[in-house]
Amino acid sequence: MTGLVLAAGFPTPGQQDFEFPPFIPGVSWATKPVLLAAVSIVLIVGFFTYAMRKPKLVPGKLQFVAEMGYDFIRNSLARDSIGDEYKKYVPWLLSLFFFLLLNNLFGLFPLTLFPTMSRVSFCYALAIISWIGFIAIGIRKHGFVGYFKAMLFPPGVPKYVYPLLTPLEFMSTVLVRPITLSLRLFANMFAGHMLMLVFVTGGEYLLFHESGIIRAAGPLSWALVIALSFIEVLIQVLQAYIFTVLTALYIGGALADEH
Amino acid sequence: MTGTLNMVGYGLSAIGPGIGIGLIWAALLNGVARQPEARGMLQPMAFIGFALTEALAILGLVFALVL
Repeated sequence: MTGLVLAAGFPTPGQQDFEFPPFIPGVSWATKPVLLAAVSIVLIVGFFTYAMRKPKLVPGKLQFVAEMGYDFIRNSLARDSIGDEYKKYVPWLLSLFFFLLLNNLFGLFPLTLFPTMSRVSFCYALAIISWIGFIAIGIRKHGFVGYFKAMLFPPGVPKYVYPLLTPLEFMSTVLVRPITLSLRLFANMFAGHMLMLVFVTGGEYLLFHESGIIRAAGPLSWALVIALSFIEVLIQVLQAYIFTVLTALYIGGALADEH
Repeated sequence: MTGTLNMVGYGLSAIGPGIGIGLIWAALLNGVARQPEARGMLQPMAFIGFALTEALAILGLVFALVL
């Protein structure tokens, strides 16, 4: 309780730290996250075109890294989750994964220091793309009636269960999937960045604006930031992976013959 | 000391999904440890269950922030 009273002047980090003024005056959408997303696309396209400009049978270092990333998405993510028809969807999943990975890692990269996905609109856009994607794939494979019939009225279930099962299936497949897909990513990135902000600014406040023995807590807080950074990197990579693997699983579910 | 009680509610609502996600990954670990070649089949199922379970925690967070 005394700690709270002592730190009464501490400006708590909040939503306002995630809002940036536009870098072109008068253009309201031209903010830092938009710039970061654009930079990440340029970096990814540049890296893969440069690494694969002269593909050799025995790969060099860069080509090896690019091929390892491709191989990881193609074999251990797409093939296991989607099934036999996975090849068509590898480019989508590959670009999705590396876009998410780079944008999440921007949260700790010293020159950027802001995870793009901690603005919820980016997550909404990505989730809507995945949502439209897997529904369109399902409709193209089974036809509109066939797809929704297979989804809402799965065979092999007693008739009297349908009044309970159909709304639940509709909720979980059509309504909840895009929401959880976007908000999981957003909440993880937002909370992680906020945690860093609290400990960095809090350490600064304790060290420079407090007096006496309590100043020692400032460097301690910064030491904690270093430890938290490693967990952050883990979470950032994991969230990119989870988003991609769930998209792949939803595509696989839409393609499956019986649900 | 001020604050919103919503966050206490969110903490309570995160208990259930926390236990659930722990059970799901424990089951996956058990399964893969007993039969390593079944990993490719078990992992997608585990992720589906994980997504459904975590949805509860995410809904709790949303309602804690919105209401």
